Amino acid sequence: MSPGTLAVKVRGLSKLFGDFTAVDAIDLSIKKGEIFGFLGPNGAGKSTTIKMLCGLLLPTSGNGTVNGLDIMKESEEIKKKIGYMSQKFSLYDDLSVEQNIDFFSGIYGVSQTKKIERKEWALDMAGLLDRRKTVTRDLPGGFKQRLALGCAILHAPPLVFLDEPTSGVDPISRRNFWNLINEMSKAGTTVFVTTHYMDEADYCNRLALIYRGRVIAEGTPNDLKQKYMTSYVLEIETDRVVEAMETLNRSGIETAIFGSLLHATVDNMEKAMPRIREVLGEAGIRTERVERIVPSLEDVFVSLIEAA
Amino acid sequence: MKLVRIKAIAKKEFIQIWRDPLSLAMAFLMPVMLLFIFGYAITLDVNNLKTVIHDLDRSSLSRELIAGISASGYFKIVDYVTDQKDLDRYLDSGKALAAIAIPADFSESMARGRDVQLQVIVDGSDSNTATIGLGYISAAVEKFSRKVSRGKGQQLIDPRIRVWYNPELKSRVFIIPGLIAVIMAVIAALLTSLTIAREWERGTMEQLIATPIKAHELILGKLLPYFTIGFIDIILSVLLALFLFNVPLKGNIFLLMILSGIFLFGGLSLGILISTVAKSQLVASQISMVVTFLPAFLLSGFMYAISNMPAALQFITHIIPARYFVTILKGIFLKGSTLNLLITETVLLAIFGLIVFGMANMKFKKRIA
Ligand SMILES: Nc1ncnc2c1ncn2[C@@H]1O[C@H](COP(=O)(O)OP(=O)(O)OP(=O)(O)O)[C@@H](O)[C@H]1O
Ligand SMILES: [Mg+2]
Repeated sequence: MSPGTLAVKVRGLSKLFGDFTAVDAIDLSIKKGEIFGFLGPNGAGKSTTIKMLCGLLLPTSGNGTVNGLDIMKESEEIKKKIGYMSQKFSLYDDLSVEQNIDFFSGIYGVSQTKKIERKEWALDMAGLLDRRKTVTRDLPGGFKQRLALGCAILHAPPLVFLDEPTSGVDPISRRNFWNLINEMSKAGTTVFVTTHYMDEADYCNRLALIYRGRVIAEGTPNDLKQKYMTSYVLEIETDRVVEAMETLNRSGIETAIFGSLLHATVDNMEKAMPRIREVLGEAGIRTERVERIVPSLEDVFVSLIEAA
Repeated sequence: MKLVRIKAIAKKEFIQIWRDPLSLAMAFLMPVMLLFIFGYAITLDVNNLKTVIHDLDRSSLSRELIAGISASGYFKIVDYVTDQKDLDRYLDSGKALAAIAIPADFSESMARGRDVQLQVIVDGSDSNTATIGLGYISAAVEKFSRKVSRGKGQQLIDPRIRVWYNPELKSRVFIIPGLIAVIMAVIAALLTSLTIAREWERGTMEQLIATPIKAHELILGKLLPYFTIGFIDIILSVLLALFLFNVPLKGNIFLLMILSGIFLFGGLSLGILISTVAKSQLVASQISMVVTFLPAFLLSGFMYAISNMPAALQFITHIIPARYFVTILKGIFLKGSTLNLLITETVLLAIFGLIVFGMANMKFKKRIA
C-alpha cells in the first residue's frame, strides 16, 4: 500500500517506562477515511500508543508517519493536522461552552471568516445550541464528551484520535457518539478510536486488539470472527449461572458469563453438548438450553486473551 | 508567532481568574494584606517610649536637652528621679523602657568644650526597640550638641548610630519601599507558577500540548493577564505607601512604574520557569516561596545591609532580582533617584528577565514525558 493512502503507518513502535514495556513493538497501518478501532482491556497500552502518535510522548523506539509526517521528528507539524480527545475530560470546567469553543478556535488558528460557522457547527453537533452560556462543569457527561469532540475538530483535521470517548457515558449517549463518528468518517475524516467496550467493535471498519502492549489480532470485524474463531461457542441457559460456570470450569470446559447466560468455547461440538448436560445434571443444576451461536467479537477477544 | 493564540490564552486566563474567588483574592488581596501586615509588624518605629530622667546637673542647659529629647515625640517622659535607685526601679519594673542620666558637670563641660558622657540605659529585653531607642536618643543628642556648639565644628557627643536618607528617623518610611519590592517578588513568581501547574493537575495541559500552539505563545499568553494584575498590585501598593504609611514619593512615578514593569516581567517569567519543573500546584508554590521569599527577604538588602554580609553571600545577592528592585524603589521613593542613577539595576533586571524568559521557553516541553 502506498504511503499516500495511509493516514498512519508505524513499525516497531515501543514505549518503555523505566524497565516496564507499556507498548511493545507494534505495527499499525490505517487507511485514510476509515474508522480504526483500537481495543484492549485496562492498562493494555491504548492511551500510550495514541499519545505517541499525537506527539505527546516520544517513542522509545520505532518509526513511522502520521499524515505522512515523521512521528519522531515532526510532531509539531503533526499536531496541526490532527484532532485529539484525551481519555480524561480536558476542557476548561470553569469556562462556558462557548468560551471553550472560542478558546480552541483561537488556539487552532481558525480563520475569522470560518470562526462563527465552525462554532455553530460544533454547538449543533454537540446538541448545545441553546446552552452555549452554560458553564461546562454543569453539563451532563454525554454532552461534555460531544463538546470535547467538537473542540478537538474545530480546525477540521483529516485525522482524529479519540481515546475512550464513550467511557463512563450512558448507553444512549454512546450510541449518539458513535453516530457522530460515523458521520465524520463519511465526510472523509480518518478516525482512530480506542475503547474497552467490546460491543463497540462492530462499529469500526477495522480493528486491532492490543493486550499487554502487543497487538494480538487485527482485521475487519468479520475477518476476526472467522479467522480467530475456529472453535465453537455454545450458549447455555441454566437456573444457577455462577454455580454452573464453576462446575463446568472444574471439569475442563472453559465458560464465561454473558449476562444471565453462559458461553462455552469448545473444539468438538458433538462431544461437548451432551457432556455439558451430563456435568450439570450430576451437580443438580437444571439445563434449560444448550445451543451453538455465532460468536460475538467479545467471544473472539475473550478467547484470544485467554490464549495469549 | 500567532497573535490569535496568545490572545486566546490570555483571554481564557482572565476569565478563569475572574471566575475563581481564590485566584482573585490571591491576585489582589494578598499583596495588599502582606504590605499591611508587614508594614505594621516589621516597622521599626518607636513611639512614646517610656523614659525616666535622672538630671544631676539641673541647669538650663540640661533642661534644654531634655526638652529636645521630649520634643522629638519618640519618648514619653514618665518621671524625673533624683536617685539612681529610683531609676533602676523604674527599669526593673518595666514602667520605663529607657533612662537618661545627665551628669552633674554637664553644663560646665559643655561650656568648656569638653566631651560629655551621657548615661543612656535602655531595656534590652526587646532588642529591636532598644536599638531603635538608642538610635533616637543619639540623634536627638547630636541635634542638641550641634545647636549648642553653634557650628563651631566641635563634636561634643558622638552618636553611635547614623541613619541615612531618613533624617526624621521615621523607619516605616524607610521600610515600605523595600517591602513592596520583596512582596512583589514573591507574588509575581507565585501567580504564574500556579497557573501552569494547575493545567497539568486538571489534565487540560494534555489537550493544550496536543494542539499546534508554540511554547512562547503559551508563555506570553499566560504572562499577559498576570502582568496586568501585577501592575495593578504595584499601583495599589504605591497608593498604600503614599496614603496609609505616608511615605513621600520624591522621584518620578512614571519611572517607578516602568521599572516595576521590567521587574514584573522577570518575576512572572521565573514563576513560569518553576512550573515547567513542578507539575503540581503544591510543589510549584513551595518552590516559588523558597526561590523568592527567603532571598528577597534576607539577601536583597531589605533586612540586612549587603555591605555587612560575608563576601560569598554578597556575591550571591547579585543574582537576586529583588536586590535591584529594592534599590530602585528605595531610590525613587526616598532619594528621588533618576534613571541615570538606577541604570545598572534596570539593565540587570532586564537581563535577568530575558534570561529567565528564554529558559522558560526552552524548558517548556510540549510532551508528557
Ligand atoms: N507515565 C507513565 N509511567 C509509568 N507507567 C505508565 C505511564 N503511563 C502509563 N503507564 C503504564 O503503562 C501501561 C499502559 O497504560 P495505558 O494508559 O496506555 O493503558 P490503556 O490501554 O490506555 O488503559 P486504560 O483503559 O486504563 O486507559 C499501564 O500499565 C500503565 O500503568
Ligand atoms: Mg487509556
